[in-house]
Amino acid sequence: MRFSGFRVIKEALTGYKGWGPLWRNPEPQPSYDYIIVGGGGHGLATAYHLAKVFGGKRIAVLERGWLGQGNIGRNTTIIRSNYLLPGNEPFYEFSMKLWENMEQEFNFNAMVSQRGILNLIHTDGQRDAYRRRGNAMRFAGADSELLDHEQVRAMYPWLNFENARFPIKGGLMQRRAGTARHDGVAWGYARGADLLGVDLIQNCEVTGFRIENGKVLGVETSRGYIGAGKVGVAVAGMSGKVMAKAGMRLPIETHVLQAFVSEGLKPFIDGVITFGAGHFYVSQSDKGGLVFGGDIDGYNSYAQRGNLPVIEDVAEGGMALMPAIGRARLLRAWGGIMDMSMDGSPIIDRTPIEGLYLNAGWCYGGFKATPASGYAFAHLLATDRPHETARFMRLDRFERGYVIDEKGVGAQPNLH
Amino acid sequence: MLIPHPLLGLRDAQEFTYLGDASLIHRPDGMAENAAETFFDYVYLRDNPAGVHRELWFHEQGDRSWLVVTRDTTTHEILGAELARDVALAAKGGAQ
Repeated sequence: MRFSGFRVIKEALTGYKGWGPLWRNPEPQPSYDYIIVGGGGHGLATAYHLAKVFGGKRIAVLERGWLGQGNIGRNTTIIRSNYLLPGNEPFYEFSMKLWENMEQEFNFNAMVSQRGILNLIHTDGQRDAYRRRGNAMRFAGADSELLDHEQVRAMYPWLNFENARFPIKGGLMQRRAGTARHDGVAWGYARGADLLGVDLIQNCEVTGFRIENGKVLGVETSRGYIGAGKVGVAVAGMSGKVMAKAGMRLPIETHVLQAFVSEGLKPFIDGVITFGAGHFYVSQSDKGGLVFGGDIDGYNSYAQRGNLPVIEDVAEGGMALMPAIGRARLLRAWGGIMDMSMDGSPIIDRTPIEGLYLNAGWCYGGFKATPASGYAFAHLLATDRPHETARFMRLDRFERGYVIDEKGVGAQPNLH
Repeated sequence: MLIPHPLLGLRDAQEFTYLGDASLIHRPDGMAENAAETFFDYVYLRDNPAGVHRELWFHEQGDRSWLVVTRDTTTHEILGAELARDVALAAKGGAQ
């Protein structure tokens, strides 16, 4: 089944009888060449690229619940490549380029919308920092633009420019950044992988790894043992719990991050805006709701829900930046669990156990990375060599002293 | 979340800042032969359990004491709190 405008019209005229399920629901085989643990965005993107680009043979994705039940369906949908460090920026720019072609490639509407992201500047020091960041982005082939006070005012006249403590002095703009329909990304990759022959196995929890002589032979699951040539783990907030079953401790703490949606409002925020003086980021969904978030709660949590003080803090950030939203009502708040790494950057690497690979540590920036994370992890699984853009994202970088610490705050996950 | 401070009673968790796993109390010997490995383990690796977790909280907006709080990371239920000083001294074999 291929999606097209013609097909949509045809189905509309014939009572939508031609639409079927987007993927099969297969029984697990006794063994596979590749098993991907975790049917979220990164796992599905890995399976898709493994099958499509690297000619992967027999591939299965094992998901303990339903596809896309985790952070791929719980984020604020922002895509961007405005990082600073050489270990990160080329990777996220590679991801941005994949976002730009993804829908044509997997023939699914992921509603990728390059509406631009504006990081606001409030001090002279911040302008210097953003100028440096903008230049670093351009070194990696990304686009960046430093806007002055008047240019920002022309775009968003209703922002609180004259805030006595945090006046808005300008902004760093990336016009190719934007948003995407988060669930659509998971469904697109799932359908694409399924069409390429990948078995997407839901309600199949990995309960252990069978490891002999330092080599992984397969996984124990709630639906029985499944053998595997190579096993790739991409389970985000559950990374510590899953890798503990292989006897590994990780440089990761699991934290909760909350996000929020307001009631539907008439369109007034064209792009993504981030507050530079606090931690607040906002965009407006196509349904009109303001989608926004702020800091993680700051303590270890697997609860998928946070506490009220952080909600208050985020609301204060929003009110400081855009008092106009003060009378909008909050529709929903929810939490997702984040694999906060010790330097705030991810890990795509082999493990000391042969045949076992790890994709983790995405902190609260995993959504934008989905396509490149999948591509780079598939590259690693298929060739045993890191993808060029992910070659710094090593598991042993902490031990060797090559951390990728964007904020420079050290081994303190709740500060990243 | 309310933390049962052993000296001050129930206090709002907002008065505290969070450091992490209580094992950070036990700093390894920097002069030991294998200090590089033990410090890598100490600084970077965590058990990160889903369930009962012993962790360090600093009463920054209060009496500035360090506490070891026992908390369930799956429910946020706080099961107890003790002075980190007491925990550290007990690990060394009692008050000195």
